[in-house]
Amino acid sequence: MLRIPCPFCGPRDHTEFSYEGDATVVYPALDASEEAWFEAVFLRDNPRGAHSEVWHHIQGCRSFLIVERDTLTHEITGARLAHRPTAEALK
Amino acid sequence: MSGYRLARGGIVERARPLGFTWDGRAMQGLAGDTLASALIANGERIVARSFKYHRPRGVMSAGPEEGGALVTVGAGPRREPNAKATQVELCQGLVAGGQNAWPNVRFDLGRVNDVFGRFLAAGFYYKTFIGLGRGTAQWMFFEKFIRKAAGMGSASREPDPDSYDIVHDHCDLLVIGSGPAGLAAAELAASHGLDVMLVEQDFALGGALLASTETIEDQPAAAWLSARLAALKDVRILPRTTAFGLYDTNVVGLYQRVTDHVSSADPALPRGNFRIVRPARIILASGAIERPVAFGDNDRPGVMLAGAMATYVNRFGVAPGRRAVIAGNGDSVYNDAIALARAGIATTLLDAREIAPPELAQAATAAGVEVRSGYLPVEVQGRSSVNGLQIGRPARDGHIRPERALPCDCIGISGGWSPALHLLSHRGAKPVWNAEMACFLPGTTPAGVAVAGSVAGVWRTEDCIAHGRAAAADAVKALTGKKPRAARAPEPGGWANPIEPLWEVTVPGRKLKSFVDPQHDVTTSDVRQAAREGYVSPEHMKRYTTLGMATDQGKVGNVIGLALLAEALDQSIPETGLTSFRPPYTPVPIGAFAGRARDRHWQAERQTPMHAAQVHDGAVWLDAGLWKRAWYHPAQPGEGLREAYVREATAVRRSVGLIDVTTLGKIAVQGPDAAEFLNRVYVNGFGKLPVMKCRYGVLLRDDGIVFDDGVTWRLGEHEFMTTTTTAHAATVMAWFENLLQTRWPELRVNIASVSDQWGGAAVAGPRARTTLQAALAPDATGGDISNQGLPFMGITHARLKVADGEIPVLIARISFSGEMAFEVYAGSGHAAAMWRALLAQVKAQGGCAYGMEALGALRIEKGHVTAAELDGRVTLEDAGLGRMASTKKPFIGNVLRKRPDLARDDRPQLAHFQPVTEGETFAIGAVVCAEDEVKGHGLGWITGATVAPALGGWLGIGFIKGGPQAWEGKTVVIADPVRGAEIKARVASPHQYDPKGERMHG
Repeated sequence: MLRIPCPFCGPRDHTEFSYEGDATVVYPALDASEEAWFEAVFLRDNPRGAHSEVWHHIQGCRSFLIVERDTLTHEITGARLAHRPTAEALK
Repeated sequence: MSGYRLARGGIVERARPLGFTWDGRAMQGLAGDTLASALIANGERIVARSFKYHRPRGVMSAGPEEGGALVTVGAGPRREPNAKATQVELCQGLVAGGQNAWPNVRFDLGRVNDVFGRFLAAGFYYKTFIGLGRGTAQWMFFEKFIRKAAGMGSASREPDPDSYDIVHDHCDLLVIGSGPAGLAAAELAASHGLDVMLVEQDFALGGALLASTETIEDQPAAAWLSARLAALKDVRILPRTTAFGLYDTNVVGLYQRVTDHVSSADPALPRGNFRIVRPARIILASGAIERPVAFGDNDRPGVMLAGAMATYVNRFGVAPGRRAVIAGNGDSVYNDAIALARAGIATTLLDAREIAPPELAQAATAAGVEVRSGYLPVEVQGRSSVNGLQIGRPARDGHIRPERALPCDCIGISGGWSPALHLLSHRGAKPVWNAEMACFLPGTTPAGVAVAGSVAGVWRTEDCIAHGRAAAADAVKALTGKKPRAARAPEPGGWANPIEPLWEVTVPGRKLKSFVDPQHDVTTSDVRQAAREGYVSPEHMKRYTTLGMATDQGKVGNVIGLALLAEALDQSIPETGLTSFRPPYTPVPIGAFAGRARDRHWQAERQTPMHAAQVHDGAVWLDAGLWKRAWYHPAQPGEGLREAYVREATAVRRSVGLIDVTTLGKIAVQGPDAAEFLNRVYVNGFGKLPVMKCRYGVLLRDDGIVFDDGVTWRLGEHEFMTTTTTAHAATVMAWFENLLQTRWPELRVNIASVSDQWGGAAVAGPRARTTLQAALAPDATGGDISNQGLPFMGITHARLKVADGEIPVLIARISFSGEMAFEVYAGSGHAAAMWRALLAQVKAQGGCAYGMEALGALRIEKGHVTAAELDGRVTLEDAGLGRMASTKKPFIGNVLRKRPDLARDDRPQLAHFQPVTEGETFAIGAVVCAEDEVKGHGLGWITGATVAPALGGWLGIGFIKGGPQAWEGKTVVIADPVRGAEIKARVASPHQYDPKGERMHG
């Protein structure tokens, strides 16, 4: 069981969250090229070690979080709100 | 000779006899007994038959490492197979018996398997039935006989009558094991204010202390134990609780047995608790497990671990026999032999080492033990019981030279000790081989987990205590910053004299049947055979031989098996490696993982606010996800599905019908950028949608495939309510949240699910307006539902007359059926009253309530798509919705939907299918094929089929390559190989019914 430190709810079991993919992907503008969209939607790195991931606190505060997780050890070193304006306001 | 109860000794309560039943025979034990100790006390030798060979087996240990006494406990729906008698706490009325035997374990006809044993060697399953073609058929024929002959007990086929709870727990420090190290750790940590949980798998606390005759810190072991327990009043102590798994972030799975040991348990209590603990720190003080030695017939009833023998004498006051031989290779067996001798058992001690440690030998001799050094056990004499042990000495050439047999009726074996480091292995921590002590020791432990005591290879009791305190002091320091005084942790070791590694005793020219894993009937020759056949990795050897699998999880034979494999490969043990131990450490009832989530609590049941009213009227129900939806509404009791839905759908086409549409997902989308947000997510535009108008929209995924559809209502300049399909209500909500939080944080939009806040019903049919008009109260500000006042896709506020007054409602002119229709929404609290009021008017107009089946019939006829069509493979064009896509604005999925393969015009596209011959039907899932090529995946598939209420006859909707454009009017074959049907059908446009939409718009 992973424990994810939600900025709103504190450390919670990962079973409250749903995994939403790679946080390093930058989605292009809606009218960007097919190549740009193809890359964003289909191409993923499979890093060994430190990784940024999106997790949705779906059974909690419904925040999307950027979680720093080591894919090798499962160690979670941090979690912040994906929504930048709210993250700023919380500081 | 059999076992018996000693006249004195042990911590069993001699004044509290407990009656129990073994194999149908009444027996008596004492409070404090395990089933194993009670069986020994009652003189039962053979208590089990082995897995493959049906060899007679007795009790082999006194703990979870038991590989012999696997028994079935309980009866009826509570029958539990493969319980280890050594872990079953005796209680009044306990019912238990032998398994894998017929008629019983003492006289078992299956024992012929032992004679044919050479056919059942390692890899039997894999090799015997390999053959061209015939293998599979033979296997299927023989399997049921083989499975019957070889196996374990059988579980009850009835539902589990017990309940279980799942408990979420937290603590500062979790101490696993209540032996000397665990007790010392818990006491020190609690005295410094830590919130400590101490768990012990046994029903009695104390671990090895329970059978100890030592003096500890100047007190007898029992007194030291009592003093520690008295000092633990602030510690949460959980006996009968096994830490069965250690998981990421040090979450621990515990199983706590609550009522197994209670004769007539309070039915309100759960049988057990699955506790999920999230400790800040863990001290693993799980002890060590004694290893046997492989020698001839070392599985005979009467052969057990040396330490277990001493435990039976010292803790349970039972003797395994009258004349014992103890054979070992280290110092620990001396205390065992002394314990037996003091209990009046004639005891001979064989020390494999050439020179017996003089001090230990002296003490043993003084207690009456005959000590013989340099001797090894060679082969047990006797079949269903032990009547002697042939012993041998190593000759100069290194081989064992057998000598005479020592008469005896029980044999205690020790091949050394293996730390119980299974939980560390669950976290992937690799153990490290220690050649000097001939065992694996914990290597680097996971952060936050410390080991203490013999699990760390610390053997002396006082060192274990010091180790526990040192580990606890570390935990206190890490969690509080305080620095408690504690001695430094001891180094592994502590035996005065080195152990002499001993795995197997072999004699040249003699074939001995020597067991490595008695639970799975794995012998030393099986291990060697695996090596010969190329299974040289321990993981492969394990699977090929089944050594250490299932409930054993490597407790008994893993190290011997590994050593033999290493020897066969002529390499060292560290080079050979070790298999991983997996959770659970000991078996956990499946019911414990389910907890209360079974039967109706398995998942939530969602009922709309109109549910009870429809139940009252006799609706038949269907599951739609978690929702209960009315399938059909029988006009009279006994009306079947087909009659009912055709009648209901016909009513909608001809007069009026009413359906509960509450289950649609409803999302409030509010804020200055709400219209911009909707423009980005829907393929069509919402920016110019007037206030109090609604519009059908389609969502795509990023990859351009259709995700969901629904109607969005504009209730104000910055306020929308968007509806989703019932199936995708939650996923669309999460998708919108995702976009707003991660991709477009600049948009000033808030969304909230309002699915449960509104109840909705659709009034549909040519008389829908008349019906609804009659239900409405006069309203100065709204409620005009005429074609001018409320045109197609218009919205109005209105007041509805209900039984006890009026309620406010919101009405939109939306049609899913293809008829003139109104969706009427009320706050959930008013929705039941709304349903009743509308249904009364519908009935007054000659209509009726309709359910899901009729809804399906209507939408199939109209050619509207649902989740059955929008299955994650379908594009806008495939679904016939291509014209909806805006060319004036970008939207999610617009780029990738234009990929060449998604734009091909020979893709499967939506169409209608009608049987050529009247009266024929086909079913959902059937394959659409060309007439001259009825095979494979064909050209398409059927997603919906129904009696067509207006078009008449049977009607299907589905997909066909090229779509109606290529196939309209042509004949295809609808093949249903599973149900064995091939029906000729004509392809048509899915928009046959009222193609101009005059009925909806009128």
